[in-house]
Amino acid sequence: MINASLKQLSQALAARQISSVELTRLFLERIGRLNPTLNAFVTVDPEKSLKMAADADARIATGTAGPLTGIPIAQKDIFCAEGWTTTCGSKMLANFVSPYDATVIHKMHAEAGLVSLGKTNMDEFAMGSSNETSFFGPVRNPWDTGRVPGGSSGGSAAAVAARLAPAATGTDTGGSIRQPAALCNLTGLKPTYGVVSRYGMIAFASSLDQGGPMAASAEDCALLLNTMAGFDERDSTSLDRPVEDYARDLVKPLDGLRIGLPKEFFGEGCDAGVMAAVRVAIAEYEKLGATTVEVSLPNSHLSVPAYYVIAPAEASSNLSRFDGVRYGYRAPDYGNLDDMYMKTRAQGFGAEVKRRIMIGAYVLSHGYYDAYYLQAQRIRRLIANDFVEAFKQCDVIMGPTSPSTAFRLGEKAADPVQMYLSDIYTIAVNLAGLPGMSVPCGFAGGLPVGLQLIGNYFAEARLLNVAHRYQQATDWHRRRPEGVA
Amino acid sequence: MSLTLEQVQRIAHLARIEISETEARTTQSHLNGIFQLIEQMQAVDTTGVEPMAHAQDLSQRLRDDVVSEEDRRAAYQAVAPEIEAGLYLVPKVIE
Repeated sequence: MINASLKQLSQALAARQISSVELTRLFLERIGRLNPTLNAFVTVDPEKSLKMAADADARIATGTAGPLTGIPIAQKDIFCAEGWTTTCGSKMLANFVSPYDATVIHKMHAEAGLVSLGKTNMDEFAMGSSNETSFFGPVRNPWDTGRVPGGSSGGSAAAVAARLAPAATGTDTGGSIRQPAALCNLTGLKPTYGVVSRYGMIAFASSLDQGGPMAASAEDCALLLNTMAGFDERDSTSLDRPVEDYARDLVKPLDGLRIGLPKEFFGEGCDAGVMAAVRVAIAEYEKLGATTVEVSLPNSHLSVPAYYVIAPAEASSNLSRFDGVRYGYRAPDYGNLDDMYMKTRAQGFGAEVKRRIMIGAYVLSHGYYDAYYLQAQRIRRLIANDFVEAFKQCDVIMGPTSPSTAFRLGEKAADPVQMYLSDIYTIAVNLAGLPGMSVPCGFAGGLPVGLQLIGNYFAEARLLNVAHRYQQATDWHRRRPEGVA
Repeated sequence: MSLTLEQVQRIAHLARIEISETEARTTQSHLNGIFQLIEQMQAVDTTGVEPMAHAQDLSQRLRDDVVSEEDRRAAYQAVAPEIEAGLYLVPKVIE
């Protein structure tokens, strides 16, 4: 059961081979045993989880269950869940018990009947690529506990990789689903901007943030996306589109699939072992009937610079709400109101969050707005246009997800710029608002490598199909780390 | 471009983050490294390129001006650091 797919779990629950309570206990036991080493969960509440599981069993018994009812799942601690501590990895929210559910949580709990096992660790306010900026300490990669799991959805990635949960939610602003999926041998999907509601998902950079699934396979991701996606009038950027079954095309043959290979993703700057695994994966796709064509994303080298203007600018605005007045941390000693704000924010935020707020405050300030913020937005347009051109020649774009495998804890923590460059292949996708995936495609030096798939707007079902067919032909996604059995 | 210590302190104040001189020096060095990366943008001629604020070219939806949320004042105030009689308490701002 530990390694079962969501479909297998669904069938086992429907056939009464196992109850949701039993299944939930099984994963809670693993969390109790393995989480002290991995630090993947920051909150577990067995009583709540088991209550949800009992409710799910009742639904199964009365024939009112959906396909995922009773299946346990881990929730990134960026999603507000009523009655659950929701910290976003920050001291600022360390004691914040959410009074309401995010739309994603509501859909999963009230509609789908999924059982939340707990809240997973993450980089503080999702700002990081290693999970080392969390107030609750770093998460360790189950493949090598001396290494990072990636970030910011590092706790979700480690939890699923070590099978502390069958699947998890994540969010991706610049690569935060795809990069940890790559580093932990998972399948992760960042949908088209606007497909998954952001209501109750604590905001980092509102024009880039998007929630999505992290799981062992494309099939699992498709089933989860079916519960997560959909129009939500509570999110002003949610897209009002017809409901889709994201699993509908999983088994479609790949004959005639045109794969675009951006020359910028296959040049310098990527580890040789990662590149070798990616090239073998592309050769496998050719065997499956696909053809390749070289494409160009000539402005992709500008994606990291533009992102580190746009995302901090939006963050500096979003995080101004943390002022010690309505919720969250307040400094114990202060003088006047301004002093209370200054001390609350100095004590409540970690170093990386403060850096980004300050970058944002600067690029939005008088005299710098045009040179930085508007210039970044113009470059964002150029980057998005590059994809429009590229998709005239291909159906899906492929390349590495991350330029390296999992790095050592502390290796990049002292140098923000080195850390930012971990997301060099993923950020452009967020700037353009496109869907992207990471799929396990081999190992380099014993560590997992992720293949990135980028689709055109609303091509989630196609991407999942492209990933699923590959996973029918390979078994990389079934490999599990040793030592966490 | 290179930020001076005074500029770093000014930005921290704009962001309402108290910062010691030692912290400001470390921040200065980090921010200057980051701005070196950002400066790559300046080499690009973007004349005539429309700024892209958002991934979707959509206008904001409007809704009818009616109450759509239930009153959950007590639940929302329960998470506040300091309240009294339904009011959020902050240090005195008017003498």
